Amino acid sequence: MSDPLELTEIPERTVTSAALPPDQRTPWHKVVHNDDVRRLFACVIGGFVLALMTGPEGDGINMLSGVDGALRFPHLGICLALTVGLWVLITVRHRFGERARTASARVSALPARLLPNAKFRGLALVALLALAIVYPAHLNGYWQSVLVQQVGIYVLLAIGLNVVVGYAGLLDLGYIAFFAIGAYSDAFWTGALPIHPPANLNPFWVIPIAIATAMLAGVILGVPTLRLRGDYLAIVTLGFGEIIQIVAINLQGVTGGAIGTGTIRHFALHVLGINYVWGLDPLPYYYLLLVFVVLALFAFHSLEHSRIGRAWAAIREDEIAAEASGINVLKYKVMAFAIGASTSGFAGTLVASQIRFFEPGDFTVQLSILILVLVIFGGMGSLPGAVVGAAVLEWLPQYLHVHPLFGFQQQDLYIYFGAILILMMIFRPEGLIPSRRRRIELGLAEHGIGTADAMTAGASPSEPAGLP
Amino acid sequence: MTSAAPLADGLPATSPEADLLVEVEKLTLRFGGLTSLSQVSLTQRRGEILSVIGPNGAGKTSLFNCLTGVYTPQEGRIVFHRRDGRDISVVGVRPHRVNRFGIARTFQTSRLFNALTTFENVKIGVESRSRTGPLGAILHLPHTRREERAANARVRELLEFVGLTHRAATLASSLPYGDRRRLEIARALGTGPELLLLDEPAAGTNPAEKGDLVDLIRRVNRDRGVSVLLIEHDMGLVMSLAERIVVLNFGQVIATGSPAEIQQNPAVIEAYLGAPEAPAEGAGDVAESGEGA
Amino acid sequence: MCFTQNFWSLLISGLADGFLYALIALGYTLVYGVLQLINFAHSEVFMSGGFAGYFVLQATLGSHTTSGWGSVGYVALGIAAGAAGGGVVAFLLERVAYRPLRRRKAPRLAFLISAIGASYFLYNIAGKEFGHNALEIPAPFTNLPWFSIFGAPVQAYYVVIAIAAISMLLLVDRVVSSTKLGKGIRAVAQDAETASLMGVNINRIISQTFVLGGLLGGAAGFLFGLNAGVVYTMGFTPALKAFTAAVLGGIGNVRGAMLGGLVLGIAENLPMGCVQTAWRDVIAYGILAIVLLFRPTGILGERLGRAA
Repeated sequence: MSDPLELTEIPERTVTSAALPPDQRTPWHKVVHNDDVRRLFACVIGGFVLALMTGPEGDGINMLSGVDGALRFPHLGICLALTVGLWVLITVRHRFGERARTASARVSALPARLLPNAKFRGLALVALLALAIVYPAHLNGYWQSVLVQQVGIYVLLAIGLNVVVGYAGLLDLGYIAFFAIGAYSDAFWTGALPIHPPANLNPFWVIPIAIATAMLAGVILGVPTLRLRGDYLAIVTLGFGEIIQIVAINLQGVTGGAIGTGTIRHFALHVLGINYVWGLDPLPYYYLLLVFVVLALFAFHSLEHSRIGRAWAAIREDEIAAEASGINVLKYKVMAFAIGASTSGFAGTLVASQIRFFEPGDFTVQLSILILVLVIFGGMGSLPGAVVGAAVLEWLPQYLHVHPLFGFQQQDLYIYFGAILILMMIFRPEGLIPSRRRRIELGLAEHGIGTADAMTAGASPSEPAGLP
Repeated sequence: MTSAAPLADGLPATSPEADLLVEVEKLTLRFGGLTSLSQVSLTQRRGEILSVIGPNGAGKTSLFNCLTGVYTPQEGRIVFHRRDGRDISVVGVRPHRVNRFGIARTFQTSRLFNALTTFENVKIGVESRSRTGPLGAILHLPHTRREERAANARVRELLEFVGLTHRAATLASSLPYGDRRRLEIARALGTGPELLLLDEPAAGTNPAEKGDLVDLIRRVNRDRGVSVLLIEHDMGLVMSLAERIVVLNFGQVIATGSPAEIQQNPAVIEAYLGAPEAPAEGAGDVAESGEGA
Repeated sequence: MCFTQNFWSLLISGLADGFLYALIALGYTLVYGVLQLINFAHSEVFMSGGFAGYFVLQATLGSHTTSGWGSVGYVALGIAAGAAGGGVVAFLLERVAYRPLRRRKAPRLAFLISAIGASYFLYNIAGKEFGHNALEIPAPFTNLPWFSIFGAPVQAYYVVIAIAAISMLLLVDRVVSSTKLGKGIRAVAQDAETASLMGVNINRIISQTFVLGGLLGGAAGFLFGLNAGVVYTMGFTPALKAFTAAVLGGIGNVRGAMLGGLVLGIAENLPMGCVQTAWRDVIAYGILAIVLLFRPTGILGERLGRAA
């Protein structure tokens, strides 16, 4: 017995074709409408796609060598077996109906069910923090580096973008630009750029300046553009990211151009008798990152549960009603932009001072989208989601690199991420660890109530969503 | 001393206590070739329940949208006389600022925050007056915590006032229809308005819910001292609530007056029902000639 | 003066670029009309057309040379291949990344994210399979100047683009204004619900709209590739500019997309006498910003319904 509220698709025809007179029979290409058959079809195609994804790379000489190599047995056979196996699982689940469905529903709701329990959460957080402080010292150098450069940085970036995309519902595709601004601020104030700063600062003290600069950039970008509708905002932010990169490449006198910056100094803390210089060892960077991540988590959690978080939720739900209830929508959107930019700016500074060199080609649109994938995968609007999503998607490829698994190649990472985005949107839009509100919004939208985001079609790109 | 000059809507100022709340003068709103409002003038007195009626498409919601800053009229003035003495024009002012000035509204189709609870919906209205910024929120400053406690108390009070206390934790989307209307009013009241614009609050409600609504609106007006500007199609409701009525048709004001006057106004009757029937001789002619009219 | 020195040749290259932008922009505008959404993955439709044209010409023409009617034949073949490639990818895109979401009544953000994912997936897999270097399409003609306008030479390439693009644009205009499909597209663009009540199969119209846009975008990909070669990242910048063109002309407006494309192409090229070519892209993005901020409805205004 299916849930009466569940929207089921009604097959186009329920009468067998053969029973009808010839001119009324379903044309052959429409016979494949049965849900299970259609799903099998999709899984078979998926198998081929998987084969391509996990297959060998093209060799640059024979253009079809990659495709050719991928579509050979046993490789193709294994891929097809995997996807058809998936089909079997899904079909069985459907056939066994109720019991299987509630079981799987219970499993998928598990993360959200465990977390709200306050005591469990508090204990878990303390344990996690202890682990985070103690464990990394026991890892080898490679993994410590990964922890900093992959996991740590991207967790920070994901937390920041989560504020923009998750809390305020704004699609920012140029997020990496704030990272770049943070990095260039660091380079500038430590004298690593062709133009000289008014004062040559210790990079550690550049951190607050970089954060402030990134936030200012967020405001400057936001004020003119946040009046725009969702998809236009996305394009404009994309363009902004591009412009930052182009400017960085072409203003050689200012930014060092395509060649990049001079050597940037490491962080150094000389205050109150503490004399500490960060060096090449990744571990101190990790602890610095950890401090900021914890601070950011605390700050953003507080924001989420304050009137500001509620205002953002209202804006996401219904901009018109929010504005009519006294919320200055533009101000809160700009605020989200600026606050989101802050973690990005800090991350940029940290990477700049650790690696000591960068060039404009490091700040690509690919990276902006990558951070988006992390947030979406983990759960839009969910702090634990952003952290876990980023950690998993950054750690896993490194792990698979060291312990190879069937066909996974490091350089194909983005292919997987692209597929993840599509699949997440279709099968689990609320993400790995959904925020409670988001799950409710999506559930309502599926039943036709509301639209689960602030991007309903306005009459023109500059009109707010859903004008009466 | 009464002023000799008549008010914008043609009615003389009847007494020194004609304390004007809103003055709309010659408001004109156009969309491309379509004129939605044409030279609309009306006034509302403080504490009054004024109703705007008219056939569909007459421009009533457009009027609301001009009053709340959603649309900017091409011509005309709208002046809002606040209790603290400030006179503000709300033409072209953004909706959230209009709300700050003291005008709140509900929508024709209830625009609630569906994924939030009843309590949270009202809280959003109340918190719009809060002065807590991101810093205060992050640092959990004492004044932030005080504000939140006060906001919670206000929300509870408002929920009790509209009779939704028992539904405080329910998701707004799960509320029955009549409760949704009341929630929207509660949220609007949370913003502390002097004037409440209600856009067809009774649309789609059953008679029992309607009665409750009338009662609620009266209490809003009398117990909380909030002036009400009401768009409604239900004439029974209008007649029982409104002290004065403004009638719109095709974007123009065709009549203003007390309920009794409006009911007998021929222009109003024509607007709603079409031209009055021809006098008796005409009918006789038809009967005699045996032809269709 | 820098402006007038190369005016005619800059104008000509501007028009050529403009025609390409117009072809791509139509894809955006048509899909926007029926779905109220920007198809983020249209850049990969463009790229697919380029690669399709490359493979077909590589297989047929290979390293031979040809001229005269042979040239015309191969150009036509390339365009057809490009169009087909674009059409197929557009069709698949709609089926895989959009339709399942429509079925779930997903929020608009989900469509955008899905399209971004599709775009990411497609161009990265193209990079994996076909390498990171630009591939040259076997030239179906020798690119000599055919004639001159006011002293500025007009190369064969520009003539090819002009003829191909103008024919396709006229064809599309005809389709949208006079055929049943066109009426269906306009009906769904104006009011999808009513259209379905009137018997219009919305799913089919949407699918066909995607394909139509894909045909044009794919053909543009081939034409673009003739000159610049094909590479897995080729879609990003032209598509972004074509989007600008679509908004410039009035999103949802078919003639607007054509006009916007031409205007953008010219506006982008004329200043090239005065500034470095590096700033070309910035001009285009600047125009995007200005249009969105000051006249978001574009030159001809929105609404597909008014297109014909």
